Amino acid sequence: MQLTAIGHAHITSILFFLFFVLGTLGITYWAAKRARTTEEFYAAGRSVTGFRNGLALAGDYISAASFLGIAGLVSTKGYDGLIYSVGWLVGWPIIMFLISEPLRNLGKYTFADVVAYRLKQRPIRAAAASSSLVTILFYLIAQMVGAGTLVRFIFGVPYDAAIVVVGLLMIFYVLFGGMLATTWVQIIKAVLLLGGATILVLLTLAQFGFSYGELFGQVSKMYGDQFLEPGGLITSPLEAFSLGLALMFGTAGLPHILMRFYTVPDIKEARKSVFYATGFIGYFYILTVTIGFGSAVLVTRKVIMGIDIGGNMAGPLLAEFLGGTPFLGFLAAVGFATILAVVAGLTLAGASALSQDLYVGVVRRGAANEKEEVKVAKIATLVLGITAIFLGILFKGQNVAIMVGFAFAVAASANFPALLLSVTWRKFTTRGAVTSLYTGVVLSTGLIILGPAVWVDVIHKDEKAAVEKQIQEFETDSKYKIEALEKQKAERGTLMKIDAAIAGERTLADAKKKELSAAMPKAIFPMNNPALISMGLSFLAGIIVSLLSPEKEAQTKFDDEKVRVYVGIGMK
Amino acid sequence: MSRKTKILNDADFKSLSEQKNTISLVLVVLELVLYFGFVALVAFNKPFLSAKLSGAITVGIPVAVGTILLSWVLTGVYILWANNKYDALVKKVKDKARGQ
Repeated sequence: MQLTAIGHAHITSILFFLFFVLGTLGITYWAAKRARTTEEFYAAGRSVTGFRNGLALAGDYISAASFLGIAGLVSTKGYDGLIYSVGWLVGWPIIMFLISEPLRNLGKYTFADVVAYRLKQRPIRAAAASSSLVTILFYLIAQMVGAGTLVRFIFGVPYDAAIVVVGLLMIFYVLFGGMLATTWVQIIKAVLLLGGATILVLLTLAQFGFSYGELFGQVSKMYGDQFLEPGGLITSPLEAFSLGLALMFGTAGLPHILMRFYTVPDIKEARKSVFYATGFIGYFYILTVTIGFGSAVLVTRKVIMGIDIGGNMAGPLLAEFLGGTPFLGFLAAVGFATILAVVAGLTLAGASALSQDLYVGVVRRGAANEKEEVKVAKIATLVLGITAIFLGILFKGQNVAIMVGFAFAVAASANFPALLLSVTWRKFTTRGAVTSLYTGVVLSTGLIILGPAVWVDVIHKDEKAAVEKQIQEFETDSKYKIEALEKQKAERGTLMKIDAAIAGERTLADAKKKELSAAMPKAIFPMNNPALISMGLSFLAGIIVSLLSPEKEAQTKFDDEKVRVYVGIGMK
Repeated sequence: MSRKTKILNDADFKSLSEQKNTISLVLVVLELVLYFGFVALVAFNKPFLSAKLSGAITVGIPVAVGTILLSWVLTGVYILWANNKYDALVKKVKDKARGQ
């Protein structure tokens, strides 16, 4: 018996998918006429309203990992899944309070504009572009791998083909439509996602007479009270603190998010867009609570985990349960739109780091003309898009969460400290900024590679599996021996000799197990998320090097920068 | 004296930048307390979050949803202040500098 239409291309999902693709391609055609200057290509001519930019920010930020992953986590792990929902939101207020004014008032296209404002252009732009590109590439790999897996899950299309389709569409949007087309793809995605999730929640609640008491009552009846209580997800408070830092300050260092500050006409609209975005994103995460617990009750955990052990299909399965194949088809298309909107934003941000910071700022020393800039931007888009397709295929089967973790750790450790210090601390210098940026990139990626998630689970995967196998074999072996002795004991009654043999066998088993476990590959760095160390040291390096290498010009220009940060553009 | 130096020495500019710094700092600290307070509860005070509120609903559920809502409210507080009071002060300082 076929329980679900998931994994098979269904006419409704294909129709919704085609409808979305045709619609967005139409928008790209319309936007292509409005993407001819650099300002139009990267910042949509600074014409997006606060409300629309808020939706686009939500579309840029809510990735497939949030859409499928968090509802899945709640449905399989219960309350512990909620801890993630909260963590993904708290970076937004930080963006609003700390960096919205300086970012908007000092910059033009990238956050490197802000860091380089009173420091030496070339070294800063080279360093900031490197850290931006590292952040973007990790994020992009995660999204591409997620896209391949998701599209295969939903439509039954092969992984590689799915990656190529996603890659080509994203190149098309960005190359021809620039920021304007990307913005509209993100707005449409956000509206579809928020609308679809709202309908899903309403249909779910209708099953429980619109009573949360009833819903949670069923949850505790089926899975026990502990499903609604915090469990074992946070084992080490230090690890939790470090992850919290990465999520909180990483959001404020994501190049594709920061870039959206330049698409609105003024700072008032920029603030409004952060307010709307925080509202939309928060609303979405609150909906995932109902979707997660609802699917645990209605679809049941067993079925969800039978389809995908990580629970990623909880939302689509719930949609199918409540609205049949048409609703599943709709949500599948929304999932696809979700990935496209995020990868398009990432590609655009990567292209701006490559062309604005590296080419115009470093190679041409700021002397490129308009036509040349747009041309380079388009070449950069093409290069990044093709790179993303190859990386997506190369990293097939990698853990998406690890890659996103990389991206947030690098953003929090490299981009954020330099950004904050450059606008708040008069004595910050070029050398300090460059040191801080590189320290952040190298330490965060290095420590993640040396940490348990990569060093043990990826690099020493085979050794780990071998040791686990040895232990398991030995355990089965000694279990049989003990069982045989127990049987003898039952037949011949309690004999000192047999009891001693059992005890001896047990001690031997424990010792041997310990000995075998010692061969288990160990992580060189003990934490999964290094932000606590790498972000701290990046700040420290920036401060110490700045104090050791005073830069007079940077200090003099600080007053000029200060007026601009607080009062805004147009005060020459 | 350049226009920028005039602004820098303007009493209104000084008060404006000080107000902005204070408000930003207070709100950032509130957000940090809010979120890391939640993480600390999860790590150190599970019984509190596991207490029953009504029926099967535990205290932890409204606390998690409340953390999200309060974060949003804080951004609302900032935008209310910035788009009204702060921007008015900025305009005043700008007009003064232009007029001289």
